[in-house]
Amino acid sequence: MITTSENKLTAKDFVPDQDVKWCPGCGDYSILKQVQTIFPDLGIPRENFVFISGIGCSSRFTYYMETYGMHSIHGRAGIIASGVKSANPNLSVWVVSGDGDSTAIGGNHFIHLMRRNLDLNYLMFNNQIYSLTKGQYSPTSEKGKITKSTPFGTIEAPFNPAELALGANASFVSRTLDRDPKHMQAILKKANQHKGTSFVEVYQNCPIFNDGAFFAYSDKETKKEEAIYVENGQPLIYGENNNKGIKLNGLTPEIVDLTTTGVSANDLWIHNEQDKTKANLLARMFDAVVPDVHFPRPFGVLFAEERPVYEEMMQSQIENAKAKKGEPNLDSILSGDKTWTIN
Amino acid sequence: MDTAQEQVAGNKVNFIDTENVVIRFSGDSGDGMQLTGTQFSDTSAFFGNDICTFPDYPSEIRAPAGTIAGVSGFQIQFGSKEINTPGDSYDVLVAMNAAALKVELKNIKKGGVIIANTAGFDKKSLRLAQYSDDADPLKDGSLSDYKVLEIDITKHTKESLSGTNLGNKEVERAKNMFILGLIYWMFDRPTEHTEAFIKEKFGKKPDIAEGNILALQAGWNYGENTEIFTSRYRVASAELAKGNYRSITGNHAAAIALIAASKKAGIPLFLGSYPITPATDILHDLSKYKASGVKTFQAEDEIGGICSSIGASYTGHLAATTTSGPGLSLKIEALGLATILEIPLVVINVQRGGPSTGLPTKTEQADLLQAMYCRHGEAPLPVIAAASPSDCFDTVFEAARIALEHMTPIICLTDGYIANGSEPWRYPTEAALPMIKVHFASKDEWKEGPYLPYKRDEKLSRPWAIPGTPGLEHRIGGLERKHETGHPSHDPENHEFMVKLRQQKIDKIADYIPEQKVNFGKESGKLAVLTWGSTYGTVRNSLIEMSKEGKEVSHIHLRYLNPFPKNLEAVLRKFDKILIPEMNNGQLSVLIRSKYLIPTISLNKIKGVPFSADEIKAKVNELLNN
Ligand SMILES: Cc1ncc(C[n+]2csc(CCOP(=O)(O)OP(=O)(O)O)c2C)c(N)n1
Ligand code: SF4
Ligand SMILES: [Mg+2]
Repeated sequence: MITTSENKLTAKDFVPDQDVKWCPGCGDYSILKQVQTIFPDLGIPRENFVFISGIGCSSRFTYYMETYGMHSIHGRAGIIASGVKSANPNLSVWVVSGDGDSTAIGGNHFIHLMRRNLDLNYLMFNNQIYSLTKGQYSPTSEKGKITKSTPFGTIEAPFNPAELALGANASFVSRTLDRDPKHMQAILKKANQHKGTSFVEVYQNCPIFNDGAFFAYSDKETKKEEAIYVENGQPLIYGENNNKGIKLNGLTPEIVDLTTTGVSANDLWIHNEQDKTKANLLARMFDAVVPDVHFPRPFGVLFAEERPVYEEMMQSQIENAKAKKGEPNLDSILSGDKTWTIN
Repeated sequence: MDTAQEQVAGNKVNFIDTENVVIRFSGDSGDGMQLTGTQFSDTSAFFGNDICTFPDYPSEIRAPAGTIAGVSGFQIQFGSKEINTPGDSYDVLVAMNAAALKVELKNIKKGGVIIANTAGFDKKSLRLAQYSDDADPLKDGSLSDYKVLEIDITKHTKESLSGTNLGNKEVERAKNMFILGLIYWMFDRPTEHTEAFIKEKFGKKPDIAEGNILALQAGWNYGENTEIFTSRYRVASAELAKGNYRSITGNHAAAIALIAASKKAGIPLFLGSYPITPATDILHDLSKYKASGVKTFQAEDEIGGICSSIGASYTGHLAATTTSGPGLSLKIEALGLATILEIPLVVINVQRGGPSTGLPTKTEQADLLQAMYCRHGEAPLPVIAAASPSDCFDTVFEAARIALEHMTPIICLTDGYIANGSEPWRYPTEAALPMIKVHFASKDEWKEGPYLPYKRDEKLSRPWAIPGTPGLEHRIGGLERKHETGHPSHDPENHEFMVKLRQQKIDKIADYIPEQKVNFGKESGKLAVLTWGSTYGTVRNSLIEMSKEGKEVSHIHLRYLNPFPKNLEAVLRKFDKILIPEMNNGQLSVLIRSKYLIPTISLNKIKGVPFSADEIKAKVNELLNN
C-alpha cells in the first residue's frame, strides 16, 4: 500500500473498492476521473487528503476517493471543512458540493467560507438542477425553466455562482466543464496551487434531469461562439478561427470582429487575474452584461488574489500569545487571579 | 437575618451578629450595579463567607435611563453557614432610582433596609418609573414596613470628589463606589480589596483610580460619621472545607473545564459557536485563552457552530459548541450527523426561557426533553446537567470525558441562573483531575486486514482514526453504516441492528458513571425530592432547614439524565412519594414516569425566576401532611 509522498502514487491508488453508482453518462464520472488523474502529481501524501461533501448526487464523490472523507449533511460541507482545516492546517482539504447544496440550503456557509479564505478547494458541480431529489429547479436554474416543481416555469432570477463567489470576497474564482478534461485538470491544479479558498465551478451534465444544459459550450458546432477560454496575460479572443475579440470601452465590453475591423490583439481586453473590477465584468458575462449583446461564457481562472489565509492567522494569534505570555499551566487557569485559603 | 444584638461600648451604633444576609443592588443599567455587587461578593468570599450571587440584567442593552425596563440588579447572599442560593427576599435593597424601587419592592423582607438614592427620586425619575403624578414612595408612607435610609448619593459623591479634576461624567460614574463603601461599613468589611482592584483596573488612568477610591472611602466614612444608621451587621466566616478557593461563575467554570479536559486528554481544544444569551460568555472566555492553544471559531450561525466543531472533532480535537435553547434547535440536524458518525462532541446548552426568543435573559429548565428527544430517527445521546456555578466545572469536564471515551456527542445542560451566578469554589489542581483516555488508531494496530472504522470495543465505542494517519484512509458519513466496515448500507437487517447497537452503546455508559446516592437525608422514607440542574440549591437549603424542624425529607439530585444511573429506580422506590420541582412543565417527571412507572408528583414554576425556599417548603409540608 502506498501511503507517503516518497513513493509515487498513481491514479489507481485513489480508487477505492466501492462501486460507483452514478447514472451512466453522468458528468460526475469525468470530474472523478480528472481528480484521480491529477492527484498523484500534487506531491501530497495520500493520508493528508480529506474530502468533505454535502448531500446530492455530486456529494457521493467522497465515497469514490480512496482518501479520508466525510459525506456530511445537506449544505454544510464548507463549514465542516472549515473546522477540519482550522484544526489541522496540514491537511489538503477538498469540498465537493452541488449547485443546490452550495447556493440554496448551504448559501450562508458558502458566502462566509469565501470571505474567510481558508486554504482549501471547493468544487461545485453545477448541473442547474436538484438531481438527487429527482429534478426540481435550483437557484442556478435559468428563469422560466420547467421542472417538476415548476410546471409553469420558474419565476426566479438565478444565481451566477462565479459572481456570487466574487461578491462574497472569494480569493480564487474559476469555471470549467465536465466535457473538457484537459481544461478541468489544469484548473484543478491551479486551484490546488492557490493558497486560499479556491472556488471551482464545474458545469456538469445531468443526462437524466437536465440533459444538455451546457452542451452549447462543448458541442463542436457551437462551442467556438459560445465559450471563451481566458488565460492570464492573454487577450480575450474566441470564435471560429479566433476571429472575434472582446474589447473594453471604459468598463463596457464590446465584441469586435478581428477580421473586418482592423482591431489587433493588442487592443483587446488582456485578462488579468488580479484585477477584481474586470473579474466582476467577466463573471457577469453570463446574462446580458450589456443589453441585447450576446457574449460568450468565460472559462478559466477569472480571479486570483493572494491574501492571508484564515487558519494561518488563527495559528499566528496563538503563537503570538504564547510568545508574549508563555503558555499558562493548567493550575494557574484553574485558580484564576484571586484566591483565598481556608485553613 | 437570624440575629443577635450587641451594644458596642462607647459607640451609639449596634453591632448585630447574623448568620446570613441577602443584599440586592439595583439601579439603572448605567449605574454600575454589577460591578458593585461583584466587588462586594469578592470581598465577602475573601473574608471567608459562603456566598451565592445572581446578576439579573435587563434584555435591552441600554434601555432608556431611569425606566423600569432599564433596571439592572445584582443579588448576593452571604453567610456563616452553607449558602446554596442567592436568597428569596432581600434584607437590604440599594435602590439607585425610583424604577429600581418599583421593580424590587415586592421582594424586600418586612423590616428590611432600603437605601434610597434620593437623586434618583426626582419628579422625572418618578414619572419614568411610572409612579402616578403626585405619588412619591419616599414621602407617602407606603414604605412604613421597612427601614428607609434616604441618602443623596449623587450629591455626596460630588462633594467627596470636589478636590479632583474629574469631569462631571466621571464623578457621576463614581457613585456606585460611594454606595459600595457605605455597604462595606454597614457589614464591617474593609475597602482594601476593592482599592487594589480599582488600582489595577484604572492602572493607566490614575485620576480615575484616585477618584473611585476617594468615593469608596467617602461612602465608608459617611456610615461612620453620620447618625442615620443605628445598626451595623457582622456575618462571621463560614465553616467551609479547608482548601484553596476562588469565586466562579457557571459560564467561566464551563470554559475552563473544557481547557482542563483537553489538557487531561492530551488533545487540543476547538470551540465553534454563535453568540446567544446566556451562553455567549463561554465563547468570550475561551477566546482569551489563545496562549493555551485554544481555537475558537465564531461561526456564521448556530449550524456553523456545531458543524465546524464536527470538522475539528474529525481531525482529533476535543470539540465543543455552546448555545442556548433556540440555538440547540438549529443544531439538531448536525447532531444527528454526529450521532451516526459516532465522533466526540460536547454540546453545552445554557437554558433560558422559551419557546422562541421567550425570556432571553431569564432562566428556565425547559430544554430537557429537547436534549433527550429532539432528533430525527432513533438517535440517543447522553445528557447531563450541572447543579450550581461551580458544578458546571465538574459536569462539563465529565461531559468531555464521556464524549471522548465513549466516542459520542453529548449534551450538557446548564441554565442562565447558574451560568451567570457565582459562588466560592474549592478549585482542583491539575494533578487531582482524572486523566481522559484518548486513543488514535494507527496502521500498526490494523496490519492484519482492512481498517474497520465501526468495529466495537468493550464500551461498544468505535476506533478513532484521524486524517493524516497513513494507511487508514476511510470514509464516514450520514448514510447508515454497515456494521464494522462502515460502508454505506441500505440493508434492512443491518439498519435495525445498528439502531439497537447505538442505543446499547449509550445505555452502556451507565456502567462507567457513579451510582446514584441520596444527597441529603435518609435512604428511605415518606418523601424524597428529586431534582436536576439548578433547582439543587434551593431544594437542598429548604430540606436542611426543614430537618432542623424535625421534618425528614430526603434529597436526590441527578447529574446523569441519560442514561440514568443504574440504581436510580431502586433508590427512588425506597420512598413513598417522589416530588420533582422543575422550572418547566414537568419534563423530568415525564422521563421518570415513562421509564419506571413511578407516579411522581410535579411542582412547576415557569416564571423565569428560580423557586423560592418557601415554595418548596409549602409543597413539601403539604405532602408530609397528607
Ligand atoms: C435537510 C435536508 N433537506 C432536503 C434534503 C433533500 N435533498 C437532498 S439532495 C438535494 C438537492 C441536491 O441538489 P444539488 O445540490 O444541486 O446536487 P445534485 O444532486 O444536483 O448533484 C435535496 C433537496 C436533504 N437531504 N436534507
Ligand atoms: S441523476 Fe443526474 S446528476 Fe445524478 S447521478 Fe444521475 S445523471 Fe448524475
Ligand atoms: Mg445540482
